[in-house]
Amino acid sequence: MVSVHTQIALSHLTSRTRQTLVSLMGIVLGVAFFLAVSSLMRGSEQDFLDRLVNNQPHVTVSDEFRQAPVQPAERRFPGGAVEIRSVKPKTEVRGIRQYKSKLSQVDSIAGIQVAPVLAGQAIITFAGRDVGVTLSGVVPARMKGVSSIEKDITKGSLDDLDANPNGVIIGEGLAERYRISMGDNLLLASPKGQVRTLKVVGMFRTGNQAYDESQTFAALKRVQALMDRPNIANSFILRADDPYRARAIAAEIERRIGYKAVSWQEASEDIMSLLLVRNIIMYSVVLAILVVASFGIYNVISTVVLEKTRDIAILKSMGFHARDIRRIFVIEGAVVGAIGSLLGVLLGMFIMWVLVQIPIKPPGVAEVVKLPLYWGVDQFVLAIAFAMGSAVGAAWLPARKGGRVQPVDILRGAA
Amino acid sequence: MADATPVLRTRGMTRVLPGEVPVTLVEDISLSIRQGEFAVIMGPSGSGKSSLLYLLGLLDRPTSGQLWLDGEDTSGFDEDRLASIRLEKLGFVFQFHFLLAEFSAMDNVMLPMRKLGRLTEAQQRDRAHGLLADLGLDGHQHKRPGQMSGGQRQRVAIARALANDPLVILADEPTGALDTKSSIVVREILHDLAHRQNRTIIAVTHDPDFASAADRQIHIVDGRLTDNDAWRAEH
Repeated sequence: MVSVHTQIALSHLTSRTRQTLVSLMGIVLGVAFFLAVSSLMRGSEQDFLDRLVNNQPHVTVSDEFRQAPVQPAERRFPGGAVEIRSVKPKTEVRGIRQYKSKLSQVDSIAGIQVAPVLAGQAIITFAGRDVGVTLSGVVPARMKGVSSIEKDITKGSLDDLDANPNGVIIGEGLAERYRISMGDNLLLASPKGQVRTLKVVGMFRTGNQAYDESQTFAALKRVQALMDRPNIANSFILRADDPYRARAIAAEIERRIGYKAVSWQEASEDIMSLLLVRNIIMYSVVLAILVVASFGIYNVISTVVLEKTRDIAILKSMGFHARDIRRIFVIEGAVVGAIGSLLGVLLGMFIMWVLVQIPIKPPGVAEVVKLPLYWGVDQFVLAIAFAMGSAVGAAWLPARKGGRVQPVDILRGAA
Repeated sequence: MADATPVLRTRGMTRVLPGEVPVTLVEDISLSIRQGEFAVIMGPSGSGKSSLLYLLGLLDRPTSGQLWLDGEDTSGFDEDRLASIRLEKLGFVFQFHFLLAEFSAMDNVMLPMRKLGRLTEAQQRDRAHGLLADLGLDGHQHKRPGQMSGGQRQRVAIARALANDPLVILADEPTGALDTKSSIVVREILHDLAHRQNRTIIAVTHDPDFASAADRQIHIVDGRLTDNDAWRAEH
């Protein structure tokens, strides 16, 4: 048998069916809209992040250090009043030195793939025209694991760079602009004055026009020779199995090899903070719906408290404590909150299901896409927790008032 | 029939309603009620009869003075403590039945037992069923208050007052809102409880027939107890 408090609470709610239903609807709609909006926003955020994560390395190790090197004078007198001015760095060979040993150190971190890259500027001379491009020297086998470029290759393949050490892969944008076709020989000149003739063995299209017109790939060894920097890479790019561990991985790499390692989160801090702001706005709006809904509960329970003052007086005269009375009305709020949450979750999931069915054709894109929706448990937990919290909170105020009823005041009035 | 131990005793009990013009409800009440005694409180309207009953029933707290129930000094007890004492030791019958409209007669009678929680659910049912049957309501146990007559409702209220087998039953004009026939029935029941079951009953009443069966009449005028003879001389 249910407790006496619950039985009284239920009798109150069923005696005012219509009002109870209205306040119930408030919670149901609040929870459902919360879920629909939250799943859409979180889904699109996830979609956006996936793109962001997939289109850039999760961690980029560059040939720089976070802090400027400590000067000998400072090292000799740490914390002393040493002021060094007009430090003139000596000319040094840039890049990650002894990259192979550094690479194996990075490689030993679990759950990642890493590829060395030596990137630099080069000038392509073709049919009498000079074009400045970025030339990246890569190891095809490693590059495939860390970059989506393999996917974007439209002609040839990354492996052709292994097959033909004098091969180069260029973007279709560049090819179209200068009418370069597969198999053409391009003359590449480096700032160091080295010149090589490379053969076009592949083409790619990423959709990013600037990239497609200015990026080229060649074998790492070839580029090292061209740039006159043997055994040097100037960056490592990494892909982690779990992209959200990138920060920790970057920190670990810095600790191991000292070079600056930037996670994608750090590189996209502006976007991350934008997403955070967007989430804050979204949650304030949907939570406001639930706050408004809780006024309905406040209203119905206040009415019950007013209407049942005599019952409260008799229960108290019989020996019920103020906390028993409060419990009765808080149970009423909790019951409305719980039923409202349950129905709201069902309605919300239905709305989400409908949203997923809607086909959308973004302008300029041929394929039909579906709305990206987030189905995570956390948003359900949040919606239910907030609905229950606001329902119980809304019931608490009238419940407290009910608990304060003095039976004598009511009996005097009634007699 | 009433033994000598006072079950309820007051000394110098005064209740003043605070306000811009404080109102004295009862003043300097000293009396004692013995176990098994059937006492009625009488007096003109506005004399403080009900106020005295509420004080005796621990529904209200005196501004000054003391009250012992079952040998225990209740002054200084907080609201929760008083509520617990009411639950265990007191039973109330009011002028209006004050039953929960959504609950059946059985459920209404079971309310105090469920709150006290001393009996199992089956025992509570049996007891509620029996109490209602004893008061002539056999067959009405599952009716709601709205489906019963005024007299029947008042009998349910009496059964509810008896639910936890209280030391004292306090009744505030129990027949005041009933028609003649019903009020005779309710009066008989209370007299029966007092004389056959030897229960302690304190009742406020206007009804001289009701009062005539009591062991003792307590008269109150302007919030003060009057010596019985003195009160009679005045009226």
